[in-house]
Amino acid sequence: MARGKAAKPKLAVWKFASCDGCQLSILDCEDELLALADAVQIANFPEASRAVAPGPYDLSLVEGSITTPHDAERIHEIRRSSKLLVTIGACATSGGLQALRNFADVETWIPAVYASPDAIQTLRTSTPIANHVRVDFELPGCPVSKEQLLGALAAILQGRRPVLPTHSVCLDCKRRGIVCVAVAAGLPCLGPVTLTGCGALCPSYGRGCFGCFGPVRSPASQALVPVLEAAGLTDPDLVRLYRTFNAAAEPFRKASEAHERPPA
Amino acid sequence: MSARPPRTITVEALARVEGEGGLSVKIRKGQVTTVALNIFEPPRFFEAFLRGRAFTEAPDLTARICGICPVAYQMSSVHAMESLCGATVGGALRGLRRLLYCGEWIESHALHVALLHAPDFLGYESALHMAKDHPGVVTDALRLKKAGNALVALVGGREIHPVNVKVGGFWRLPPPEALRALVPSLEEARELAQGLLRLVATFPFPEFDRDLPLVALRHPDEYPMNEGQIVSTSGLDIPVSAYENHFFEEHVPRSNALHSTMKGQGHYLVGPLARYSLNFDRLPPPVQDAARAAGLGTTCRNPFKSIVVRAVETLYACDEALRLIARYEPPPSPSVPVAPVAGSGCAATEAPRGLLYHRYRLDGEGLIRQAKIVPPTSQNQKAIEEDLAGFAAAHLDYDTKALTLLCEQVVRNYDPCISCATHVVTVDRDDR
Repeated sequence: MARGKAAKPKLAVWKFASCDGCQLSILDCEDELLALADAVQIANFPEASRAVAPGPYDLSLVEGSITTPHDAERIHEIRRSSKLLVTIGACATSGGLQALRNFADVETWIPAVYASPDAIQTLRTSTPIANHVRVDFELPGCPVSKEQLLGALAAILQGRRPVLPTHSVCLDCKRRGIVCVAVAAGLPCLGPVTLTGCGALCPSYGRGCFGCFGPVRSPASQALVPVLEAAGLTDPDLVRLYRTFNAAAEPFRKASEAHERPPA
Repeated sequence: MSARPPRTITVEALARVEGEGGLSVKIRKGQVTTVALNIFEPPRFFEAFLRGRAFTEAPDLTARICGICPVAYQMSSVHAMESLCGATVGGALRGLRRLLYCGEWIESHALHVALLHAPDFLGYESALHMAKDHPGVVTDALRLKKAGNALVALVGGREIHPVNVKVGGFWRLPPPEALRALVPSLEEARELAQGLLRLVATFPFPEFDRDLPLVALRHPDEYPMNEGQIVSTSGLDIPVSAYENHFFEEHVPRSNALHSTMKGQGHYLVGPLARYSLNFDRLPPPVQDAARAAGLGTTCRNPFKSIVVRAVETLYACDEALRLIARYEPPPSPSVPVAPVAGSGCAATEAPRGLLYHRYRLDGEGLIRQAKIVPPTSQNQKAIEEDLAGFAAAHLDYDTKALTLLCEQVVRNYDPCISCATHVVTVDRDDR
């Protein structure tokens, strides 16, 4: 096969259980999309193109979580054909909103939902990609930040390891001079335990952070509880607050379980 | 004519659609014997895990059904909750919601028209391939899409999964000067939408009018977005609260989505063709003129021409956004208070892909006890399969490669959102 100009890195985009929003973020890079398409060979990106080139791929971006037996197999094939594998978004890095099934008995959901349950193939859990294969880099967020995505792509194309900030949303509020919504308005806010990436978006809109980017590395989830309780939250409220898009991320999972009443 | 060998048109993974699906068309003895739009997108059980969540969480949680049209989920959910709780969000807040929806229509339609659908008509694998020969088409479409996204980002907080929508209104009002600052980009977007409409009007369209009933919202004076009666070309005219008396869902084993039918009518269509054909008289005269100049009548029943109708709606959404910004006066408060009430309530809004119905039942504490969500793509799924059968049968003389591409195009005519269709499942059981 003619390789033409010095072979461009082959980029593949893969989807598992997800809303499509993180891969849409690539198409939402309106100012950079054509430059990106010029810098790489888009070898597999079904949402954007019919053209499919066989592996191996230099870089695979993986969206979505593992929720079916078939997908648990498919991710291994993708890993084998990818030099670098980067997960994009909360589903791929923590299991996503659909990981709420991990706290329930999904077997009871299927007949409640579908008339022909035998045709539905699903696992009891929604798990992140890293639970199944080696992941070279993870981009958090529900959805990912376009800036972080482009920054990571640029770094990888230059042979560098991407660097993401590791501080909390809370710190971003201080930097941006946003009045604390927890202290001033008494709103429940996960900003102290949530990784930045949004630039403190919700507090800048006058609402508490709800944890889109998942936990910071060593979150003081329990230390935050008295503050949240002072904001009027009860145990069931705390469970719901920690149980959204990153419900299965270890620190958030533990924090929610600590406030769950034992089944009667 | 001698017997032709049996063949099957198969597309394992449909490209340039949202989500994971495939199609198969079996041809035996010169006849189409079976067709299927196969949906293998994994189910995510939204309606199951919504049970026990607070009513205020519905817009943030249901947005995650679809990264392409999160505003639609937010709008249907907040209107359902407000209807249930007896709250009314009117005046400038209503205008802001409509403005937010305009942004989503612009970005979603521009994405589909130029980046996902146009390559079928111009003969490319993707818009990125198309950009090499038609750079202006792609860069203009990206600028148009960006203007829509900028509107969603300002009013909603960010383009995908906006954070600013709440039951009762918004968390924060956009500063009037920030809205006015969007005017130049929206004026440019209006020009770009006109250009896009002129371009797609030149595409070749097969003759393929469908006689299915069309279903859309209809509002007394506006092109429909957030409210209206549900009307059909077969004479239906009902309040949204009567939706479930007239529309039913069923589960077919090959699909992880549910199919919808209309009582006494069978299959039906929602989406741009339906909205346009049932609401042409609600478009402002300049947009009507642009539609006529693009070769459309007052109705359109050819799914291949949906690309023209989407371009008309994109132009309308740019116009409407400019009109809403021009008359915007900040309301006294970003939201009205909404206290939870035990009971059931529903709402339907016009997602870019068509009617999106939500119904919730709440307990006295404001926790969701039951949720039902019917997205446009599951309503259109049977119509898509009928199109595949009808269109393949009429083009059996094409070779397999050409017929495969045409069948893919038949599906892409609908801008199907498979992520939506499969993530939404009906829960008919109470957990308490």
